[in-house]
Amino acid sequence: MWLFNSSVGKKVIMSVSGIALVLFLLFHMSMNLVAIFSAEGYNMICEFLGANWYALIATAGLAALVVVHFVYAIILTLQNKKARGGQGYAYTVKPKNVEWASQNMFVLGVIVILGMALHLFNFWANMQLVEVLHMLGANVDASLAADGVHYIKETFACPVYVALYVIWLVALWFHLTHGFWSALQTLGWANQIWFNRWRVIGNVIVTIIILGFLAVVAVYAVCPCAGC
Amino acid sequence: MDKNISFTLKVWRQRGPKEKGAFATYEMKDIPGDTSFLEMLDILNESLVNKGEEPIVFDHDCREGICGMCSLYVNGHPHGPATGATTCQLYMRRFKDGDTITVEPWRSAAFPVIRDLMVDRTAFDKIQQAGGYVSINTGGMPDANALPIGKDIAEEAMDAAACIGCGACVAACKNGSAMLFVSAKVSQFALLPQGKPEAAKRAKSMIAKMDELGFGNCTNTRACEAECPKCISISNIARLNREFIKAKLKD
Ligand code: HEM
Ligand code: SF4
Ligand code: FES
Repeated sequence: MWLFNSSVGKKVIMSVSGIALVLFLLFHMSMNLVAIFSAEGYNMICEFLGANWYALIATAGLAALVVVHFVYAIILTLQNKKARGGQGYAYTVKPKNVEWASQNMFVLGVIVILGMALHLFNFWANMQLVEVLHMLGANVDASLAADGVHYIKETFACPVYVALYVIWLVALWFHLTHGFWSALQTLGWANQIWFNRWRVIGNVIVTIIILGFLAVVAVYAVCPCAGC
Repeated sequence: MDKNISFTLKVWRQRGPKEKGAFATYEMKDIPGDTSFLEMLDILNESLVNKGEEPIVFDHDCREGICGMCSLYVNGHPHGPATGATTCQLYMRRFKDGDTITVEPWRSAAFPVIRDLMVDRTAFDKIQQAGGYVSINTGGMPDANALPIGKDIAEEAMDAAACIGCGACVAACKNGSAMLFVSAKVSQFALLPQGKPEAAKRAKSMIAKMDELGFGNCTNTRACEAECPKCISISNIARLNREFIKAKLKD
């Protein structure tokens, strides 16, 4: 199957999984913004997205996307290292027009996935997971499982977590400013004109996404009672 | 008149594909600025031969930027610091008195070093042989009006056809990808009516060959485009992806 055994096919997998994740981030960010304006509203969303069948299916789908994207990132990066050969150049310069992010996508991705692990530990493990365990009859306290605001406050009261989340989001910004147009280029949806258009559109969308996430972190770090 | 300059040359020397290589250092004295880079190496080689040493092996042929043979990685750039120029079109006036100039061969698993600065680029020939041609007889030159082609399309095809197959794109790419070369070879035909009938087959077989020969996967870093002596645009890579994906979806 060409998707799995050709170089362009593997890149299509990266591209489609990446774009799907960007769409998810757009949704997640919009949802988070509610927490700035209304704690009650935010918790209503948390309840709505608790351990319902549709939320669980969506979570499984997201996990699959991340796994596929990560596995293909590893495969492609290893193949590329091999294609480069063992002997490197003694003298290197970064040519102009080459984005720093484009040459460090894997490292940025690893920071992103570590941030995701931290994020799952801070929120998901306390919320959806607890709810699922509760439903399965385990002896866990599920009274706070849908109280997203509680966990936002708790997490961002700690400056170390704030710093880690900021690093994570900045890495994600770099990953996506390259990733967005790269994904469309990979799908062949680019030419002399659309190349620049996609770069601008991508930078705007990605910057909005990251600023949206940062806003929640900043608001709760500075004023823990926001939205009350 | 250009000034004469003196500089230190650090050159990769390697006796054979399997041998271990290392840099050798040479002091160059009073080289006129209007000497081309390859002429400068000729001067060095002459003095090496006179001293009974082995001359430095490097590829070259036309020395006017059309054959694509000269393949030197000079101070961190394939074809040296000039833009839109090959190594043979690089002149010593680009460098300053007292500089150290580092010269390396292309580094890529698919282009093994044969000797010193010469690498084996047969892989590109193999990709070309896999489909980089039009196999039907297109006859003599048709009347200009018989087959109208838009000016912008004709220009894009001509720009793609400017690729000289030098391999600088692969040398510049951290992924050792040959996508810029392959995309130029596919685009020069895919844009024109004579090339369209075989466009799908061409894209599929050239990509298959490229993958088989161990070139890397393009991650759109754009280093190739920045270093290409013929300024081939990565919009050709988008076209190659498009042709390939379309062809595979149709199958
Ligand atoms: C929310 C998480 C993520 C999103 C939204 C995302 C998005 C993207 C997008 C849109 C691309 C461009 C695809 C293309 O060039 O065709 C990309 C490329 C890439 N991603 Fe991610 N990514 C994420 C997480 C990760 C993770 C966890 C890794 C793991 C290391 C990773 C590694 C890579 C690599 C290495 C590339 C370059 C691959 C290539 O261009 O061939 N990404 N990503
Ligand atoms: S695309 Fe440019 S760098 Fe690559 S082989 Fe052709 S001329 Fe050389
Ligand atoms: S020697 Fe022919 S292009 Fe340089």
